[in-house]
Amino acid sequence: MDELRLDGNAAAGTLGEVFSFEVTTAEYACERCGRTDRLGGAMVYEVRELGTIVRCPSCDNALIRLAHNRGRYLVDLRGTRYLTTG
Amino acid sequence: MVAVRPRRLAWRLAEVVKVVPETPRTKSLVLEVTSWEGHKAGQHVDVRLTAEDGYQAQRSYSIASAPEDERLVLTVDRLEDGEVSPYLTDVLMKGDKLELRGPIGGYFAWEEGDGGPLFLVAGGSGVVPLMAMIRHRTAVGSDVPTRLLYSSRSYEEIIYRKEQEKLAARDGSVEVIHTLTRSRPEGWSGYHRRIDAEMLAELAWSPDENPLAFVCGPTPLVEAVGAALVDLGHDPAQVKTERFGATGG
Repeated sequence: MDELRLDGNAAAGTLGEVFSFEVTTAEYACERCGRTDRLGGAMVYEVRELGTIVRCPSCDNALIRLAHNRGRYLVDLRGTRYLTTG
Repeated sequence: MVAVRPRRLAWRLAEVVKVVPETPRTKSLVLEVTSWEGHKAGQHVDVRLTAEDGYQAQRSYSIASAPEDERLVLTVDRLEDGEVSPYLTDVLMKGDKLELRGPIGGYFAWEEGDGGPLFLVAGGSGVVPLMAMIRHRTAVGSDVPTRLLYSSRSYEEIIYRKEQEKLAARDGSVEVIHTLTRSRPEGWSGYHRRIDAEMLAELAWSPDENPLAFVCGPTPLVEAVGAALVDLGHDPAQVKTERFGATGG
């Protein structure tokens, strides 16, 4: 699978399709390791056709999984303890 | 100028007004975008291409122009295996249209009011959003001390070299330091290695001056520079990074 390793900035347009707030300045807390940081500094693995995965740069936990299929979105946030808008 | 972000980012058409070759691998696309609301230096746009069979490919490109510039400019690096960049650099011509949405991102952005001093570190086409910051700084007449450390493979691959030279010559508060990692011209007296902790210790502002650092380039460079700056005592919250993968495009 052709994966594109980028950061939260590059995924902002895609995440903006489901979140109405500015995502790159929003703060996350990682469910696994507790790291808090701006989403713009998190890592993104963009699996091109299937969707986008945002990972914690400290522990690699999947913070956000976003899948897009036939005009519908599936957002899995179980790896995120909370999001606070910037 | 404050960038107003629509609640849902809509795709819209931009028209290519001019294509400017920057280096053998990069070109700047000068675009006319109807009712562009403005942007912050450092933001990007998403560009979407649609093939005849409906297949779509989408990539992010940093905005090179200052918010004050009349037209929106993207500078695109041609990646050999890329799905999008070869089309943008080789095929697209004046008068062509492309789909984009933006501006996007508020994290990797600088406005005059954010202050400085500024320490900008770029690898390759990672210089594009940093150049937007420098152009913004110049356009508003800011005197924030600014240092750009820019790593390129060769002299020919330095993007915006002449503009940087001219600016540094007339504005004493802007410094541009190059390092060349693969080949260098005869008589080159500058750095000729990858950016490392020693180089950063020589060139970064002292953490006591409360500098803002922006680092953009390939993932390994960004992670090495970010970690080294924090080791040197810089506040991690003041070191903003933007990474792009080597397989982007």
